[in-house]
This record gives sequence, structure tokens and C-alpha cells, in this order.
Amino acid sequence: MNKEITKEVIAEHGLSESEYEMILSILGREPNFTELGIFSVMWSEHCSYKSSRKHLGTLPTKAPYVVHGPGENAGVVDIGDGFVAVFKMESHNHPSFIEPYEGAATGVGGILRDVFTMGARPVALLDSLRFGSPEHPRTKYLVDGVVSGISGYGNCVGVPTVGGEMFFNGSYDGNILVNVFCLGIAKKDKIFTGICEGVGNPVIYVGSKTGRDGIHGATMASGEFDEKSEEKRPTVQVGDPFTEKLLIEACLEAMKSDAILGIQDMGAAGLTSSSCEMAGRGGTGIEMNIDDIPRREEGMTAYELLLSESQERMLIVAKRGREEELINIYKKWGLEGVVVGKVTGDGLFRIVEKGETVVEIPVADISNKAPIYDRPSKRPAYLDALQNFDTDKVAEPKDYNQTLLKLIGSLNLGSKEWVYQQYDHTIRTDTVTLPGSDASVIRVKGTKKGIAITSDCNPRLCYLDPYMGGAMAVAEAARNIACSGGKPMAITDNLNFGNPEKPEVMWQMKEAIRGISDACVALGTPVVSGNVSLYNETNGIGIYPTPTIGAIGVVEDIKKCVTQYIKGEGELLFLIGSNKKSLAGSEYLSLIHGLEKGTISPLDLDTEKRLQTALLAAIDKEIIRSAHDCSEGGLAITIAESCMSGDKTFGAEVSIEDDGRIDNILFGEGQSRIIVSILDKDRNILEELFLANGIETSYLGKTGGVNLSIRVNNNQTISCPIEQIKKAWAEAIPSYMA
Amino acid sequence: MKFGIVVFPGSNCDHDCYHAVKHVLGQEAAFIWHANPDLNGCDALIVPGGFSYGDYLRAGAMAAISPALTEIKAFVKRGNPVIGICNGFQILLESGILPGAMIRNKDLRFICKDTFLRVENNNSKFTNKFNDKKLISLPIAHAEGSYYADAEELKRLEGEGRVLFRYADKEGNVSNDTNPNGSLLNIAGILNKEGNALGMMPHPERSMESIVGNEDGRLIFESMIEAVS
Repeated sequence: MNKEITKEVIAEHGLSESEYEMILSILGREPNFTELGIFSVMWSEHCSYKSSRKHLGTLPTKAPYVVHGPGENAGVVDIGDGFVAVFKMESHNHPSFIEPYEGAATGVGGILRDVFTMGARPVALLDSLRFGSPEHPRTKYLVDGVVSGISGYGNCVGVPTVGGEMFFNGSYDGNILVNVFCLGIAKKDKIFTGICEGVGNPVIYVGSKTGRDGIHGATMASGEFDEKSEEKRPTVQVGDPFTEKLLIEACLEAMKSDAILGIQDMGAAGLTSSSCEMAGRGGTGIEMNIDDIPRREEGMTAYELLLSESQERMLIVAKRGREEELINIYKKWGLEGVVVGKVTGDGLFRIVEKGETVVEIPVADISNKAPIYDRPSKRPAYLDALQNFDTDKVAEPKDYNQTLLKLIGSLNLGSKEWVYQQYDHTIRTDTVTLPGSDASVIRVKGTKKGIAITSDCNPRLCYLDPYMGGAMAVAEAARNIACSGGKPMAITDNLNFGNPEKPEVMWQMKEAIRGISDACVALGTPVVSGNVSLYNETNGIGIYPTPTIGAIGVVEDIKKCVTQYIKGEGELLFLIGSNKKSLAGSEYLSLIHGLEKGTISPLDLDTEKRLQTALLAAIDKEIIRSAHDCSEGGLAITIAESCMSGDKTFGAEVSIEDDGRIDNILFGEGQSRIIVSILDKDRNILEELFLANGIETSYLGKTGGVNLSIRVNNNQTISCPIEQIKKAWAEAIPSYMA
Repeated sequence: MKFGIVVFPGSNCDHDCYHAVKHVLGQEAAFIWHANPDLNGCDALIVPGGFSYGDYLRAGAMAAISPALTEIKAFVKRGNPVIGICNGFQILLESGILPGAMIRNKDLRFICKDTFLRVENNNSKFTNKFNDKKLISLPIAHAEGSYYADAEELKRLEGEGRVLFRYADKEGNVSNDTNPNGSLLNIAGILNKEGNALGMMPHPERSMESIVGNEDGRLIFESMIEAVS
């Protein structure tokens, strides 16, 4: 195809004039249409990280147990006993907004491939979802489509979906977020990477045939939306989980041989990015014959074949002479395997069609010389007014029972059972801690260990203070891991922001990354993989900054795992940690007063670290019956959740002595706070242990009875049958979706 | 005793079944690949759950015409115990080894949760170790688990004691409220006429170790071992 390269064609490809100038200087000539398409996807924000790369470089990525950090398909962490945890989180935001079922489904498929391409068997998934306001006309449709898409794909491939988040807020009306986390487990000596090496070695294409779906998906995901976004539906890929399941089994079987040198998923930007990235890592060239690429229909051009994002495809670099052996394994699983090219020594990405070279670009230039922008940033002018808002101005509720019921029956705080019941979360028989607790725990068969996983981010806090919000996302993730009995090890970050060409958005991103970085250093959790999703804007309105954090921790003995729910009557409830809190950024202020303003209660990383260390020591002593992070909804909601989220429901008699407004005492939100329950006999051990770490403990009351009773400064403030609270909580999402 | 675990493209509970009988119960176990189903030496078969052939066409329909089913039918005919779990149950239905059919769950959504099952007959090849235990808890995970058969067939199943498990509450009561998927008569598992083939939607292989739930599933496999010895 020899379409003329005009200014319009260049602009349609999302390339700026200066970027086109760079292409001219790299090639020393004008690119042809196919080459222009290649630069367009490789230099898209999605593939090149051109706006974020400079700042991502400031994140801590190292620890003695980090085997592979950012730059590989997924991060790899040594968990001992000869095993590694392989994990990453990735977004599929833009496609999921346009076509929720397929967008979410292929989001699951893509992250699975990133994990098993490293030689790991995928063992668990988490989904961090953000939707628009409940009243928005598209929200229900999007929730239904996204949940069904995740369910349809994840259940079929047989990987349990064991948790995640779901948050509703008007800032996502025009751009929902679907961030999918995958954890895999591999033997430490059997890790594969996406590298292309050994001149003359064959390049093998395996999996589904290439179709015309998803062409320019990466470019689409690097632009804003407007009224015409529906027209972009053809850029959304279509998933086939059955083929993915076969691909997982075939790849893991093929990896048992020593015939594979490098392997990579054809994800965003398909065949182009997988081959260029592999050659880039190996410092080699790669030559492929486009006529050999398996295709779904006749008449596809090199441009289409190179840019298609058809799903369930992988590229393998094999040892010479071992091709047949590998192809036969794929054949056994009913999959196609075809030799489509070879590794070369000339450093060029070369595509041959009917004997003629149609693409020839230096690999190093296309992968490493992608533009890197230090975009201007500026603190948003609106922040001062937002932060200066005095939350004492809002009226206090008259009836705290009603306020509690309204909060706990809201979509953000209500039970997410309706969602996770649609996900197979018990397959593989390793789910020690089921969805619905602070973190889920997956056992590692053949050891005593488990891996605790969670995903966290409070976008409201990030909006009001991106630095603190970013740090808090890391702290909360680590705290959730600790509450489940795991020692936080490492994180993956999925940075979702608006248009980086706006200085205010750029500032949000820089600040959030700075917060993440500080928290990761303080808590000892390096960033080992990640993903950036920008241009989450519609008609110029951006989302709240949402740096989602996926974290893992190691549980040394799964018999010592802790869950968030009360186990019996007569347990003693304690609030552990600093009792600093604020109505600013709280669920209460948003839902009851319709305000998202104020100065949020800050995070002290040193306190956080000591809190988690002491909690893990207490869990190791087996005195903690339940532990629950006190975050969204504040103290009253957290206590209620502890009372009713397990198999059995318990009442509690709680008495709080505290200063200030009652709504702040009950529903204010702060950091480094957890609610634990213990047996009476362990009270001294608990108090001494935390005191030794400089952490306060406050006795709150006892579990028992049929009511949740909370007295504040000796006044009965809440008294409500726990079953009534549970009903409101359980019915929140089902009644909305009905 | 040796369990054979049949693997179709898309089976995804095969590893769990293997782990259950091999590592938890210490029995011999072997994967049986659908394309060359050699059942020699197997004393019992497990047709595991999953999405054989992607559930395309209809859950279990494609597997039912696979060469493996010829062998499985002969194996059943020889009187050996065969258990089909979830998608395995659907395959046994589609192939005619068991009567009836599965339709979509009543609310049309996939459901994954723990269920209580009332044990209706503790004298089968799959329940002989239950003694007086009348209630067990096992998880379900399916989208097409609403059992359907015509009135005559249902009467026959009931009359011959071939309804083995029914969805119940924790007290063992069976009602519409305890029916998660719309199955007729709350049916969760049934036997063939000869009593050596069981199809059930709940997953006993997921309830083998208390650290990941409970151990009620063991009783079913232990009963199979007892039946063979």
C-alpha cells in the first residue's frame, strides 16, 4: 500500500510535526505508509511512555529479592523455597469504555499473557474498577459489561479472580478505569524473558490468526474521547478465552523444553511492538516475511498485519533446529505455529513482502530513540480553594443511625459480593483468604507459604493532594497486606491520569509519582512493574488522578493468615495507630454533603512502617483474631464491616472517647489506623507490643449481642441491629443493578 | 487405586482433581488426553470441570462427540465408577450417559459460592463413606447449572434413589430459597441407572483441605476408593 504521506495522514497517526522530523532524520528519507504506521504505534504514549518515562525513572526498583524489575513483561520477586512471584497490573480503560465486555475481557487476556510469557503459571487476578456516578445513564451498562467481560474471560481460562476494588465517582463519567492485576508463580530457575538473540535463530508465531481488529488500539488509547468515541469501536479487540487457555497450556509445556530463547505476547501494537521490543532487548535485528503471517482474511496489507491487535498471539525466538519440536507442542493443543522470520545481526527491523523489503527501520532508533518529553507542569490554581475549605462548616447529622445506614448502603461502601460471586475465585484450590477481606491470600503449593495480594487507591485523596494520595495508595496497599498476615514485598503501579499536555495534569502525575516513590522507599516495597494510562479525558474533562497500586506480600505460614471479620462473641476491639483523621476527602463528606474538598489528614510514613511491623509481630504471636484497615468510611464503617463481613454476624458494644465533631470521630478518614479484635487474655501482650513500637492502642469495646452500639463521649450515638446494617450493605449493589 | 482424569481442550479443573486424589488422598492419578484416551489400568475416572472446547455451541456438547467419550461410555458400561464434575457433568449429560440437560442459571449470571448439599442416598458408590452425615458443604462455580429433565424422567430419578445431592440450607432444608441456579427439584447431583456414574455441579475437589475451605469433598473420592476395593 503506497498511500501518500500528507500532513493530514501524519496527524491522523497521532504524530506531531517534530516527531515526524525525527522519523525523517532516523531514516534519512521519507517513511512509506506502513513505516509511518509503525512509528505511530511505537511512539504512541501507550507504548513509548514518552510523557511519563522521565518521572518513572525516579521510582525505587531494587531490593535483594527483586529478580526482574520494570522493563520486562512483568516484575519478578523471589519468595524463597525456589519460587518466584511474577506480577503486573495493566489498564484497559479506553477500550472498556467503548465496548465494556470485550474491553474488560481482553484486559484480562493481555495481563495473563504478560505473566505466563515469563514462564509463570497465572494463579490469581484482581480487578480495580472505577465507574462514573451511579446516576449517569451509562454507568449501569458499563458495570454490567465490565463485570461480565471479566467473568467470561477469567472463569474460562481457569484463573481465580480473588479481589479488587470498585469505586464510583462522577469524574469517571466519560472515562471508566479497568485495571487488571495478575499474579503468577514460577520456579526461580525457569524464568523466560522477551529477548531476541542468536543471529539466524528462527522467529515463530503461535496462537490465533491475525485479523483486522484492534488496529491502532494503542494510538486510540493515547488520545482523548469526544462525542464520536463510539466510532472507535472497531479499534477494540475481541477476546477468545478458550484459545488463551490453550495458549497458556501450550506455552508452559513448550517452556519445559530448552528450545525457547525468548518469548513475548503480541499486546498493544501487536506484531510490531513484540518483535521490536524483543530485538531491542537483545541488541539484534529481526526480519519477518509478512506473507507467512497467519491471517483471518485475504487481502490484508502489511500495514494491517503489523498493527493489528488481534488477541491470543505470541512471538517466540527458538534455538535453530528446534522449530518442529515446538510447533508440534502447539499443534497438540490445536494451535498454529509458523516460522515467520529470523534473528539478524544488522540491527534492523525488516519486513519482506513477496520478496521485496517493505519496511526497514533501525531497531535501536524505534525502541530507544522514542521521544521523551519533559512536559511543563503547574500546580492547579483550584487546589488552594479546595484545600482551604473548612469542613467544620458542614452541618452535623441529626440521626447517626440513618447516616450509617446510608453510607454502608452506598455503592462505594456496600458489599462487593454481587461482583465477585460472578468470578470463579476458588478454582486452583489455593485461595486461602477469599475476596471480601483486606487482602486475598493464595497458597504456594508444596510450601507453607502464601502470597497476599491487594490493589488500592483512593482517587479522591489523590485529587485533593496527589503527593499524599500517591503515598497513601502505597501505604494502604501495604497495610492491607499486613492486615492479612503478609509481609509487604513489592508493588506494581498503574498510573491513570488525564491529558499530560495540560500542565495541571502533568503536575498531578509528577506529584503522585513522588508520593509513591517516598512511600515505597519508607515501606521497603520497590516498584517492579507498571503501566501508564494517560489521556483519560472526555471533552476536555479529566479523571481524578488514579495511581492504582497492586501489592504483594509473603505470608510465611498460611496457618497464621488473618481475616478482617470478628470470629466470636466477647472479642475485644481495639483501634490501633494514630487517631488522626479528617472529613476532607471522606466518603461521608462526598455522599452525605456532596463535597469533595478540604485538607486531608496527612500520612506519616515512619508511623506507618512501625504500625505494620508491630502488627505483623502480633499476628506472628497468633493473638490477632481479626484485623481490618480503617480507611474508606472511617471508624464506624470499619467496625460494622468487621462485625458482619464474615460467615457469622456479631453485634458489638463500643465506647469512644475523643475530641471534636462527632461525624469526624465516626466517619472521618485518616491513615495508619486499623481495627483488631483479640481475646481478653491477650490484652497485655497486644498493648505492650504496640507500645514498644511507639504505636497507640485504644480499647473500643467488646463483640456480642444483636446491635451495633456506639457511644461517643458517653452519649449513645449509634444503636442499630447489626442484621439491619448487614441488609443495607448486602443489598447496595444488587438493588442498583436490578 | 488409580484415578484417570480426562483432559479436553479447555478443561481447567484437571489439575485440581489431580492434586485432590494424588496429593491429598495419596492415590495413583494420571491425566487422560482426549485424543488418545488409554484407560488401561484406571479403576475410576474423573471428568473435570472447565470450559471444554470453550463451551462453544453448548456446554459439554463438543466434548460429548470426542473420541474420548466412546472409551468413557465403554468404561461406564463395564461398571467402573465415573464422576463428572461441573463441565464434566454437562459432558455426561450431553453424551447421554446421564439423563436430562443443563440450562443457564435462573438469573443468567455465573455464580461462585459455597453451597450446602443434602445427601439423599448414602448407599452409593460415591457416598458409602458418608455414614450418617446428611449435609455437606461444597462450592459451586458455573453459569449453566440449572438441571432440567421432563416429569417422567424426574419421577424415575426420584423413584430409583438416583438424586444424590440437593441444594439445601445449613439446616438441611430444601426450598426455592436454597436453590442457587433454578435446578428442578434443587438437583445438584444424579446417578445413572446402574449407579456407577455420578454427575454433580458442586466441586468436591475444591473441598479437600481445611486451609482452603473444608474437607467434605474427600468423602466422595474416599467412597469411590471404597467402592473399587
